[in-house]
Amino acid sequence: MNESLSSTQIEIPFKHQQSAHCESGVISALLRHHHVPISEPMAFGIAAGLGYAYLPFVKFGGLPLFAYRMPPGSIIRGLTRRLGITMYSETFRHPEDGMRTLDRFLFSGQMVGIQTSAFWLSYFPQDMRFHFNAHNLIVYGKSENEYLISDPVVDVLVKCDADSLRKARFTRGVLAPRGLLYFPKSIPPKIDLEQAIRRAILYTTGMMLYVPVPILGIRGIRYVANKIRNLNPRREHDNKLLLGHMVRMQEEIGTGGAGFRFLYAAFLQEAASVLHQDRLAVIASALTAVGDEWRRFALNAAKMCKGRMPMDYSLLANQLLQCAEQEMEIYQQLRTEIKQRPTTL
Amino acid sequence: MRENDVPQHNAKAFMGHSKVLYALDGQGRYVATSCSGWEAEEIVLDQAIDEFKQKAFNAWDRARQSRASTLEYHMYHQRMDPELLAQSTGFFKWRVHRHLKPDTFAKLPNRLKKRYAETLGLTPTQLVTLPEQP
Repeated sequence: MNESLSSTQIEIPFKHQQSAHCESGVISALLRHHHVPISEPMAFGIAAGLGYAYLPFVKFGGLPLFAYRMPPGSIIRGLTRRLGITMYSETFRHPEDGMRTLDRFLFSGQMVGIQTSAFWLSYFPQDMRFHFNAHNLIVYGKSENEYLISDPVVDVLVKCDADSLRKARFTRGVLAPRGLLYFPKSIPPKIDLEQAIRRAILYTTGMMLYVPVPILGIRGIRYVANKIRNLNPRREHDNKLLLGHMVRMQEEIGTGGAGFRFLYAAFLQEAASVLHQDRLAVIASALTAVGDEWRRFALNAAKMCKGRMPMDYSLLANQLLQCAEQEMEIYQQLRTEIKQRPTTL
Repeated sequence: MRENDVPQHNAKAFMGHSKVLYALDGQGRYVATSCSGWEAEEIVLDQAIDEFKQKAFNAWDRARQSRASTLEYHMYHQRMDPELLAQSTGFFKWRVHRHLKPDTFAKLPNRLKKRYAETLGLTPTQLVTLPEQP
């Protein structure tokens, strides 16, 4: 390519804001950049990001997947669909095409979100680097051979060299990013936030309460509780790995605390003022209480893994069942509240 | 969780960075707060890393006695397992398992070794050598 020196550097002015989760963080930041004032909790809630799934057939290092949210990609899709925003997105067969296209967008002044593996990003602390292919971040510029990156889960702006970024964008395997890049293409002049919030809450609660699959939603939580109760005490090493894995999925992988429960409670609080329904704020406090219980579960499980507490599978199982019961009540109340129209003049 | 209850346990793994937790402020409103680490997370993170280290060490030990290929050591060292390595290279799992044996691995054509090396982020020379220390 025939580039003059001045065109090897570009930096798009942009305000970095750290967020709890990568996908909701990237999409809310991109939208704010395009003058849509939206917070991370609001983006997460309208995307109907909350969920629960136990997927024993999807393995990470030999351990089953515990998900506290909807699958990767669905946050961006759900949010933009409910707000009527169209996204531009593109994947690539050849890494060279992907890198060239990224450069082209950057030099035309377009900030882009990309999907990457978390392992190959050179700025990640060594101990936080695992092979997880659905990390999201924003590229806002390029300087020589380095990309300027706003990673929503990192507190500062960072840089990543081109080779590492290429590797991160083109890893293969489950959820392979295939160089995915995206940005908002068109945003409607008027956004109907109220309608979007109502639909999203109905979707999430319906998902958690009524999906007739025993490993999803509330039933999934109960299923896992029973699984923990029935773990074979003689295989303690494996059981500890499983419990540790659960806690990591719940807390460490950027969930904003308590497996996204706090993030969703924050959304409900915001929704209460948008919809002028104070009852939603009350429900938000109840969800906060469930989140606290999830955190106590995590702490107990971690202590048992470390041997600071005697291993007690039924204690953990009972805590999970309690979370399931309380969450069920919360989602039912939410549905009733949303279905009854607010009394406006 | 209240803002003042947000744990600040300065996790080693964060290397001085922090992450966002949502918690309630004095007025009961949700705010994004910054958390420098939580002991529960540290325990389970250490556990996951130790598991890889242990496996890498075992593989290193066996590779030294020519009972495993260097591929096995590098696989665990790069925090992968046979399943993930198979998915990332596009090889069948049984094939990856075969290549974990030292004799089979030694006879592999350079073309395949190169593919493993690329997937693991190593040079072909690094892939076939065992470091002094695991």
